[in-house]
Amino acid sequence: MSKGLNDSRTDFPILDQEVNGEPLVYLDNAATTQKPVSVLQTIMHYYEHDNANVHRGVHTLAERATEQFEAARDKVAAFINAPSRKTIVYTRSTTESLNWIASSFGNAMVNEGDEIVISELEHHSNVVPWQQVAKNQHATLKYIGLTADGELDMDDARKQITDKTKIVAIAHASNVMGVVNPIKELAQLAHAHNAYMVADGAQSTPHLKVDVQDLDVDFYAFSGHKMLAPTGIGILYGKPEILDEMEPTQFGGEMINEVHEQAADWKESPWKFEAGTPNISGAIALGSAIDYLNNLGMDNISAYEQELVDYTLPKLTQIDGITVYGPHDPAKHTGVLSFNLEGLHPHDVATGLDMDGIAVRAGHHCAQPLMEYLSCEATCRASFYFYNTKEEADRLLDALNEVKEFFANGTSKAERTV
Amino acid sequence: MGLAKLNELYKTVIIDNANYPRHKGQIADPTGEMQLKNPTCGDLIKVSVKVDDGKIADVGFTGSGCTISQASASLMTTVLMGKDVKTARRLILAFSKLISGGDIDDEDEELLGDAAIVGSVAEFPTRIKCAALAWHAMDEVLDKTQKS
Repeated sequence: MSKGLNDSRTDFPILDQEVNGEPLVYLDNAATTQKPVSVLQTIMHYYEHDNANVHRGVHTLAERATEQFEAARDKVAAFINAPSRKTIVYTRSTTESLNWIASSFGNAMVNEGDEIVISELEHHSNVVPWQQVAKNQHATLKYIGLTADGELDMDDARKQITDKTKIVAIAHASNVMGVVNPIKELAQLAHAHNAYMVADGAQSTPHLKVDVQDLDVDFYAFSGHKMLAPTGIGILYGKPEILDEMEPTQFGGEMINEVHEQAADWKESPWKFEAGTPNISGAIALGSAIDYLNNLGMDNISAYEQELVDYTLPKLTQIDGITVYGPHDPAKHTGVLSFNLEGLHPHDVATGLDMDGIAVRAGHHCAQPLMEYLSCEATCRASFYFYNTKEEADRLLDALNEVKEFFANGTSKAERTV
Repeated sequence: MGLAKLNELYKTVIIDNANYPRHKGQIADPTGEMQLKNPTCGDLIKVSVKVDDGKIADVGFTGSGCTISQASASLMTTVLMGKDVKTARRLILAFSKLISGGDIDDEDEELLGDAAIVGSVAEFPTRIKCAALAWHAMDEVLDKTQKS
């Protein structure tokens, strides 16, 4: 069996196990990815040798922890081609990043009668925070629609983004439709109307080369755990001049410059945003994950995943009675494949696949407005990463046919064959 | 191995109740109604009941969802039809125990009848919520009925 891009599969011990008596096929990477040994060792090494609180001790361990914590910030900056470490804020997750942008920058920038523009394919984390801003500021939340193919409708984008628009917030890659949105073009559109561009990079940063300066986004948010790092570490990138003006949303230790009885002032960005003891081991592990990804090469990862999609998508769309969401042209589709089998509920399909050792997501994928837009309650979603293989794609396709057969013939036939 | 284990969950009676649900539809003159949603998957069940002189005179459900949630709602209505409210609530409790892998009285198991077959969902922990949805809704309705 193939071992994924550059035999990377062997670096992920969790993948080498049986689930329900079958070799595990992990296809829920859009939810979270598995972690390579090197990342796990980094966490272990940190706690075995260097653990201390950052930015406050004069002792050697504190210095080591701080140095590694900040070195990881530099790795993140380089990874997305940010201009400096000062533009990289550690958060808990993409959700927290987007919440900070909305609740601090959003509430400060948006006034009554203004507009915030998002799209029909956003994750709840890029919907609900903006609903709150719109509600607080008596502003209007507008949605860019989709084409029949499931891509962002750029003609509609040109209509929705107006001189009243203050913020445009769009996913760089969809967690359901498997499309990559033209963020650079959207940023140009937003800026032409003096609006700010926020991109949700949760589904893009793990899979393709991101250059925040080339995209010219004002903010970019992503999570570590969808790109080999542990849960609980996320990134908020902001243009330096914007972060300098933006107020923190949390206050306390670590973020302050001077504190008096009645007042305090803050450190400079990004440290003014990071109140309290941060997720030090998570940040250092994210640095290690970036080392791993750089070693494979983001262009190689994109190309390998494209190969998997080129192989899988045409076969998937050929299954009788299947609806595959998003573009059917593999060149326009990422490794996120959402589908439904006619007459079968996604939960039943996912349980069937699980019995075959195949892990997929079933549900609304935290995108209920999109489900409404598509007129479905839920979908199944198989999502690939560079350690997946064509053999695993075949396992998925075979199992889907078996599940279909099982429910079409009822249990009686299967019972007879047991 | 593989899909054979599916038979333990999707037994004939479950598939049959999902495909041909009993008491599906809005009943006339309900004395209580409750809609519950499973936010993780979007399954939605609305149960309505007509309690007359402490007895469930009519019961029905509407909504949509997976095989397990639909079958479980159908089986529930069949079991509870005609029962007095006190017995109904006891059976709901017994069902809830059963699907969490607990043991129940022989008498309750007999009264649950085909609905007890849903108990096999205990081996599929991710699907227990699907099975429980209609029963939770009904318990809330009956709780209100008893208090009013």
